[in-house]
Amino acid sequence: MDLILEGISKAFSLLISLDAELFAVVLLTLQISGSATLISLFLGMSAGTAVALNAFPGKRLVVSIINTGMGLPPVVVGLFVAIMLWRSGPLGFLGILYTPGAMVIAQSIIATPIIAGITLAAMQNLPDKLRLQILSLGATRAQMVWLLMKEARLPLLAAVMAGFGGVVSEIGASIMVGGNIKGYTRVLTTATVMETGRGNFDVAIALGLVLLALAFIINYFLTSVQQTGRR
Amino acid sequence: MSAIKRTVFCAVIMLMVASLGIVGCGKKGELILATTTSTQDSGLLDVLIPDFEKKAGLKVKTIAVGSGQAMAMGERGEADVLLVHSPDAEKKFMDAGFGSARRKVMYNDFIIVGPADDPAKIKGEKTSVDALKKLAAAGAIFMSRGDKSGTHAKELKLWKDGKIDPEKQKWYQSTGLGMGETLKVASEKKGYTLADRGTYLALKKNLGLDILVEGDEALKNVYHVVEVNAQKFPKVNKDGAKAFADFILSKEVQAVIGKFGVEKFGSPLFFPDAEAK
Repeated sequence: MDLILEGISKAFSLLISLDAELFAVVLLTLQISGSATLISLFLGMSAGTAVALNAFPGKRLVVSIINTGMGLPPVVVGLFVAIMLWRSGPLGFLGILYTPGAMVIAQSIIATPIIAGITLAAMQNLPDKLRLQILSLGATRAQMVWLLMKEARLPLLAAVMAGFGGVVSEIGASIMVGGNIKGYTRVLTTATVMETGRGNFDVAIALGLVLLALAFIINYFLTSVQQTGRR
Repeated sequence: MSAIKRTVFCAVIMLMVASLGIVGCGKKGELILATTTSTQDSGLLDVLIPDFEKKAGLKVKTIAVGSGQAMAMGERGEADVLLVHSPDAEKKFMDAGFGSARRKVMYNDFIIVGPADDPAKIKGEKTSVDALKKLAAAGAIFMSRGDKSGTHAKELKLWKDGKIDPEKQKWYQSTGLGMGETLKVASEKKGYTLADRGTYLALKKNLGLDILVEGDEALKNVYHVVEVNAQKFPKVNKDGAKAFADFILSKEVQAVIGKFGVEKFGSPLFFPDAEAK
């Protein structure tokens, strides 16, 4: 119990003194997880919408694959991305293992199916008649997709939150492809694990609280966007 | 609504600009150092690396894994230089031609820790092998790291010297975790374990474990710096690896190592041991 209180007071003293190292770690966490979320937003929403609005043979199989991907174990993703990026691996010439770029790649692979899956479900949940009506009013295909996405904005923002939440709290893949290098690839989750190993439980608890607060602020912001205009 | 939209838009743009910076980071002058968790967890590398980076003009990427994994990285040419403590495995590594140079850096020691009431009565045993024999006879819970780290290799060697095969015994449990976690598990389960002194000292106040056996010559824990063979792996940063090894063996750095930890623990965590050239 003492330890928890100690951790909380440590968290506040770190935050109040605006510890430069902590600030750098938070900023990097936001950059990496934010970029990964943006990339997977683009890929996942396009894929989800395309699959939802088109009929094609093997659609059920594709939907199953996307749904399976929503539960992709991060350590498996980390392992495969690391093997691909090894110096001796097929993409070794890029030399990006143990860089933030590699972490963005791994996290995007984790988040894309999550966003695609929720997008898919959201778009399929829209009534078919709506689509026909939009088209009958003379909308182009792009205008139709845009209007449908606007209609499904509530679940789509939930997809953003799920994707961001999935990557910001992720540890296995991040440590495998990023390596927890001080001031370069050290993010909140990997720093928390390291401080625990060092026996600095108060700092670890402080980092954990900062991560929680960060996730809450981002989600609160997205939720207020989601709920605006909905009385 | 439009105000929120504008904020979202601005946030997205800011993130995009920020992400450009991290993707474009240069890859010139990099050195991958694969090492054990003990050197990172003790904080020693946080003191040494920035100094080396400044002097050598290199960006050091420290990957802290167990000695076994660090050497596996070396065997694939994925690391440039290793700082490890698993002498037998290191010799095999050198004999197989994966390394071009291996030099002694420093040592500290292992200790056998266990619950304060010491149910197997091993406290004060002169040799670690005798202590392990007693543990086996008593069937006392022993937590092994089981992760192919240097500590794990040392532990297996001690069992072998005592002609005991602990595998598959009910009292012998493998955590598959790092030193810090294994100590915590041993403490919770009231078991014994082999630990490096530095990690134990760092975690001591949150553990219910006492030092029971120490000072045995067989418990010496020697660290070597190993340069990965650039002839075998052309991508290895040969000059950087040599510069790092020379740096850590230099008189000034050896002095820093000898003083490290004195302030916090009252005694040094590592003893400098650079081989005279």
